[in-house]
Amino acid sequence: MDLSSINPVLLVASLMVAATPILLAAIGELVVEKAGVLNLGVEGMMITGAICGFALAVETGSPLVGFVSAAIGGALLSLLFVILTQYALANQVASGLALTLFGLGFSALLGQDYVGLKPPATPRLDIPVLSDLPVVGPILFSHDPVLYLGIALTAAVWAVLKFTRVGLVLRAVGENHDAAHALGYKVVRIRVLAIMFGGACAGLGGAYISLIRVPQWTEGMTAGVGWIALALVVFASWKPWRALLGAYLFGGVTVMQLNLQAAGVAIPVEYLAMSPYLITIVVLVILSADKSSAPASLGRIFHASN
Amino acid sequence: MTQTLLSINGLTKAYPGVVANDDVSFDIGVGEVHALLGENGAGKSTLVKMIYGLVKPDAGTMTLRSQPFAPPEPRSARADGIAMVFQHFSLFEALNVAENVALGMENPPPMRDLARRIREVSETYGLPLDPYRVVGDLSAGERQRVEIIRCLLQDPKLLIMDEPTSVLTPQEVEILFETLRKLSAEGTAILYISHKLEEIRALCDAATILRLGKVVGSCIPRDTTARDMAEMMVGSSLKTPEPSNRTLGDVALDITGLSVASPSEFGTSLKNIHLTLQQGEVLGIGGVAGNGQDELLAALSGEIRSAPDAIKLNGAPIGHLGPNPRRALGLLAAPEERLGHAAAPDMSLTENALLTGSVRKGLASNGFLKWGATQEFAEAIIKAFDVRTPGPANAARSLSGGNLQKFVIGREVLQDPKVLVVNQPTWGVDAAAAAAIRQAILDLAGGGAAVLVISQDLDELMEISGRFAALNEGRLSDIRPTDTLTVEEIGLMMGGAHGMEVAHV
Amino acid sequence: MIRVEKRPQPSQFWSAATPVVAVLATMVAGGLLFAVLGKDPLLAIKTIFWDPLFGEFSFYYRPQLLIKGAPLILIAIGLSLGFRAGIWNIGAEGQYIIGALVGAGIGLAFYPLEAWYIFPLMVLGGAFGGWAWGMIPAVLKVRFGTNEILVSLMLVYVAEQFLASMALGLMRNPDGMGFPGSRNLQQYGSAYNAELIAGSGMHWGVLSAFLAVIFAYILLNRHMLGYHIRLTGEAPRAARFAGVNPARLILFCLGTSGALAGLAGLFEVAGPAGQVTIDFNVGYGFTAIIVAFLGRLHPIGILLAGFLMALTYIGGEIAQSQLGLPAAAIQVFQGMLLFFLLAFDLLTNFRIRLARGEVA
Repeated sequence: MDLSSINPVLLVASLMVAATPILLAAIGELVVEKAGVLNLGVEGMMITGAICGFALAVETGSPLVGFVSAAIGGALLSLLFVILTQYALANQVASGLALTLFGLGFSALLGQDYVGLKPPATPRLDIPVLSDLPVVGPILFSHDPVLYLGIALTAAVWAVLKFTRVGLVLRAVGENHDAAHALGYKVVRIRVLAIMFGGACAGLGGAYISLIRVPQWTEGMTAGVGWIALALVVFASWKPWRALLGAYLFGGVTVMQLNLQAAGVAIPVEYLAMSPYLITIVVLVILSADKSSAPASLGRIFHASN
Repeated sequence: MTQTLLSINGLTKAYPGVVANDDVSFDIGVGEVHALLGENGAGKSTLVKMIYGLVKPDAGTMTLRSQPFAPPEPRSARADGIAMVFQHFSLFEALNVAENVALGMENPPPMRDLARRIREVSETYGLPLDPYRVVGDLSAGERQRVEIIRCLLQDPKLLIMDEPTSVLTPQEVEILFETLRKLSAEGTAILYISHKLEEIRALCDAATILRLGKVVGSCIPRDTTARDMAEMMVGSSLKTPEPSNRTLGDVALDITGLSVASPSEFGTSLKNIHLTLQQGEVLGIGGVAGNGQDELLAALSGEIRSAPDAIKLNGAPIGHLGPNPRRALGLLAAPEERLGHAAAPDMSLTENALLTGSVRKGLASNGFLKWGATQEFAEAIIKAFDVRTPGPANAARSLSGGNLQKFVIGREVLQDPKVLVVNQPTWGVDAAAAAAIRQAILDLAGGGAAVLVISQDLDELMEISGRFAALNEGRLSDIRPTDTLTVEEIGLMMGGAHGMEVAHV
Repeated sequence: MIRVEKRPQPSQFWSAATPVVAVLATMVAGGLLFAVLGKDPLLAIKTIFWDPLFGEFSFYYRPQLLIKGAPLILIAIGLSLGFRAGIWNIGAEGQYIIGALVGAGIGLAFYPLEAWYIFPLMVLGGAFGGWAWGMIPAVLKVRFGTNEILVSLMLVYVAEQFLASMALGLMRNPDGMGFPGSRNLQQYGSAYNAELIAGSGMHWGVLSAFLAVIFAYILLNRHMLGYHIRLTGEAPRAARFAGVNPARLILFCLGTSGALAGLAGLFEVAGPAGQVTIDFNVGYGFTAIIVAFLGRLHPIGILLAGFLMALTYIGGEIAQSQLGLPAAAIQVFQGMLLFFLLAFDLLTNFRIRLARGEVA
């Protein structure tokens, strides 16, 4: 065992990379849940985004096209959830599971011909002087643009929810859809848009895994990150900045266990590999006592009767 | 009458199986306080939803200041000066007052300005409110102030108020009326929906009476007796329930120092409640909604447990027991919310009969269900309480409010309770069903059972109960005989004016 | 304009008809998918749905129907109890794995002793393993209010890692020349879940699945506990009023579904699969979720749905080898089935109407 091989600066830099897919998916789901909808299909939308992004990036040679199509792919898949829950008024838990099961199969089908390929590299930020600074440079100024997008999105979601009318209406719909309807707000329309935003974010998160973090395509490669993102929303008490914090915590655990594996710690690989999931459970246990910040209409079916 | 503000001509709206409004026409003048009177299910709500743009009429037209008026959505109705204070469902508990107000406005000013204006307007009209308080922590009366202020900030020409006094103490009602009279004097018309006749006589300039979706008459309330209006509203003369001979027996239920925390976030905890209930007695518990009524019922039904000695049934401590052991001992309950609490909406009446009946009616042996006996029990309830339904296989949600309530009350009464606790027994129920339910409660007490009636309908409590107490913020007032009580005293027992003040304008 | 109106009460007809309509719609949409993939849609549908039952080699495939259907039914019956009560165990895959590990572990511990009691002990062990794994989300939910969906799912990944560690470590066949995987239980008489009638596909797991269907039917329709389960799902507050203890119900539902999933895992590992390998589980725990919904959470429905889903597995394999249909296409096909089912379920509780023209 050689713990000295773990470089703390690289560790922090790579935990930010590991955290970004979780963060993107969690921020999207946070908006969806703030609108009162529980979409358990995050995993399915992520894996669909992962393959859409990967395939188009490979075909066009442009990571940008890849990320854009991943967002579109995730949003399109979320439309299935929209149809089920907003128009066919189906149970949200069951519909979310359906989305995940379908997404896993669908992505495997799309990805058959892409196994083993290498995607085009996403350029990293390279600011003279700043990026070359010791410690601060690798941690703050030499990542890929999508990582910064994730942080910017967190800030934007926080600001929109807190300060704008759109955010107020979204929260109102999530708190009490009957009252929002009575005041004349279009509950279904607002929720559809929120769900599609969530789908696009999950798609981006998935593509981040297949294009940057890994980077290659394998079936089922999201390996539960979507579910961890769902847990993260609860952990964050539906607050964007806490989601960022939580994502970095999980990113840290993931990177740490990979580093420990590489360093040859005496713990079997399998037990290290299960640690992010176990920690998710532990965190859920610690934080489940406080349910008060959950949107009051979360998961309830809205039907404007009369 | 002065100049006409809103004119309604032949509005018709049908839902599957029911015509909610059938050719409804009437006019509201500028500054007029106009009452819309009718029983539950008479079509009042549908009519105001059409005026407010929530529902589109099938036929008929409206004109506002002689211009055609057909709001496609509430937003455009608000733009035309229509504002509405809802009876339920229009506040967001987790948001603060200012946010709630902003959601009801078209172009709200920035939050800080809005908060200032809320303070100004609320003080002008004697409805003090802190714009930054979370609505979930407000009392029912304060919540209504939020709704009213939300309307007033938009400078409405027509203010629609749907059953506004059902959540107020008599003192608060007086203050509200002062505010409304001031508004009316300033030229705002008010469409006042209610079934409380004395209030309408005290406040309104004109009244339109609806029955089964049709206009059945109009009157000047000041010049019409409450009894005449009631008969127009119901369509037949009413029979007031008659109490049977009351001979009070031993103490059946004894509550001493009952304190329990509310299980819900915005609920009210019960604080040190004492009461005794004798056999053959009907005790009425009044109070504004949200002052611990649900919690008191839950503490008695066994849904919330307490210290064993806090509740004694015929001398035996039962505070620690769950619902079924209490049923076995003879303490039965009927909660307020019919669909989802007292009954499961999608289950059949037979299955719903099993919900509380299994213990006392012996509908299960060794855990195995006796569906035959259960169905007979359901049929017996349907027959004895005149529940209108094709049969016990029908789902609870297919019944009208009144019929389901008769089923729910009947289910408990037919189990021969020693003590029965009911919450809002006639809430949202038509007059005929309400009369039947009140009679059943009196008959049950006449037969020697003790009945605790929790209700927000003071008239109901005065009519059927021998003694009265009120819940206010989870505390119970002293218990007083009803025949010596004045409205003033009742109001003070309920907490008086709760910090409201008379309008300053 | 289309309008959706709530029915006064759920439609019995549509409740029974939606699965059939959903299957038909899936065939159409699946056919389109196969056509896009360049396969003859009719031939593909026939290969999946007809050939296993009535084709040339149906004598071989029909027993497979029981072998593949049984674990699905066993797991789905357990899941349906919880789903009915609004308790969402989606970690059956993990409970399946742990049940198999505990059961197989007991068998392997006795090796090479031959005794009649070994297999019954393994069955108990399988049920216990699944039960224990299912009790983790149950206890956490009761004690801390933790979301059982997320916890049970996280435990699937934990169980998969645990399986890998067992297959490569503790349970690895000492005579296996270093290959991963345990001894083959099919070659160990006392631990082998053999066919009860040779060539029929009928093993103890199939029998257990049938028993589970009967048990669930009686529970839900004739017993107070089943009534409480249904009541809790439909109106939780009414259930509390009726005296239901929600905590006890959570423990029962998650424990029972865990035990049944564990049993399914044990019967599989001791029978058709034969040994603990890193990937002996093939996702039955997730497919069973589709089976439970397709069967409308009703025991008889689940029985039929389980066999239908087994058919798509077997037919899918045939289509894979004969038509070159990708394995993932069958997964998509199964996912679509759940989609259509949920979508058409609208008709049970709502009526679709074409609204008359709006009046100005």
